[in-house]
Amino acid sequence: MSEVRTILLNRSIADSIEEEAEELRQELKKRKIFLLNVMSSPGSGKTTTLIRLVNLLKDKYRIAIMEADIDSDVDAITVARETGVKSIQLHTGGMCHLDGSMTRQGLEALDGEYDFVILENIGNLVCPAEFDTGASMNMVILSVPEGSDKPLKYPLMFEKSDLVLINKIDTLEYFDFDYNIVENFIFNRNKNAVIFKISAKNGTGVEEVSKHLSSLIDKWRS
Amino acid sequence: MHELGIAFHIISEVDKIAEENNGVEVKSVTLEIGEVSTVVPKYLEDVWYWACEHKSTHLKNCKLNIVVTKAISFCNSCQKTYSTLEGKKCPNCGSEDTFLVEGNQTKIKSIEVV
Ligand SMILES: Nc1nc2c(ncn2[C@@H]2O[C@H](COP(=O)(O)OP(=O)(O)OP(=O)(O)O)[C@@H](O)[C@H]2O)c(=O)[nH]1
Ligand SMILES: [Mg+2]
Ligand SMILES: [Zn+2]
Repeated sequence: MSEVRTILLNRSIADSIEEEAEELRQELKKRKIFLLNVMSSPGSGKTTTLIRLVNLLKDKYRIAIMEADIDSDVDAITVARETGVKSIQLHTGGMCHLDGSMTRQGLEALDGEYDFVILENIGNLVCPAEFDTGASMNMVILSVPEGSDKPLKYPLMFEKSDLVLINKIDTLEYFDFDYNIVENFIFNRNKNAVIFKISAKNGTGVEEVSKHLSSLIDKWRS
Repeated sequence: MHELGIAFHIISEVDKIAEENNGVEVKSVTLEIGEVSTVVPKYLEDVWYWACEHKSTHLKNCKLNIVVTKAISFCNSCQKTYSTLEGKKCPNCGSEDTFLVEGNQTKIKSIEVV
């Protein structure tokens, strides 16, 4: 029998996850693929918003969507039906977030040439913010019924997201949502953040978001 | 669950190292987890063997050792350190102008191979 020997490593997990994601980001940049990582609490309107955005942008770009969910196929099927673009479900098998290696597996499974790939992350305001997926940009959606204190309670999510959508503004009259508080807090945490107010349900504001995204995509790919 | 993703990540890192060492078998992995890390040692232990079984090449019967390290905060007002577990407020002077020095890291310290 051979002898047991010890290999000292002293490697930080966070650093290596970060490196892996950065590698993916650079690779996507070279391949001219813009990857958007979309995060929010469960039910804030990720799928509804993405369907509208894709329908506005699908004539201009080759788009694909990766839907991450613990176990169901519902979102991938809905997106495929409502937009006609390629959509796949990533089953995370109980995991609360995605990292660069899981995102890479999803991209490989997409199999095709795309300009713009969207990742709908798992509905959760905490864990996805802690793991870099390798995306070109992070977008967070906060919906009016969730309350204006969310950026205060989940600051990391808002620090990591340069694009913030305030969704469900059609319901403003029923909730005590204070936009100024939200805006102040977001800019305190991230001075580069760009905020849009939308209703994914009736389409208000969505076109402005699509124009903004379009300019980001063009810049990334140039 | 957070820990499952972390376990997969550690396993793929260690598998890579095992490859670099001519495909040795890994007998144990020792991690250092800070007291205020978002990784819960107990949960990581719960998923470890299952994850090794399903996602690894060189860690089929690999033991997991976890060393929990103390979390330390520093107070800007009185310039003293204290245990982060005491909270945001400095136990020496009551100031809230404090920051974490160490204790939120997860590290692979070492592995044992044959
Ligand atoms: N009133 C209103 N309802 C909306 C709006 N956007 C989405 N909804 C509704 O909110 C519910 C959740 O929307 P989804 O798009 O499924 O939310 P999600 O973030 O993808 O949810 P998960 O994937 O489960 O985390 C659905 O019933 C939508 O119809 C909006 O702007 N206004
Ligand atoms: Mg959804
Ligand atoms: Zn003090």
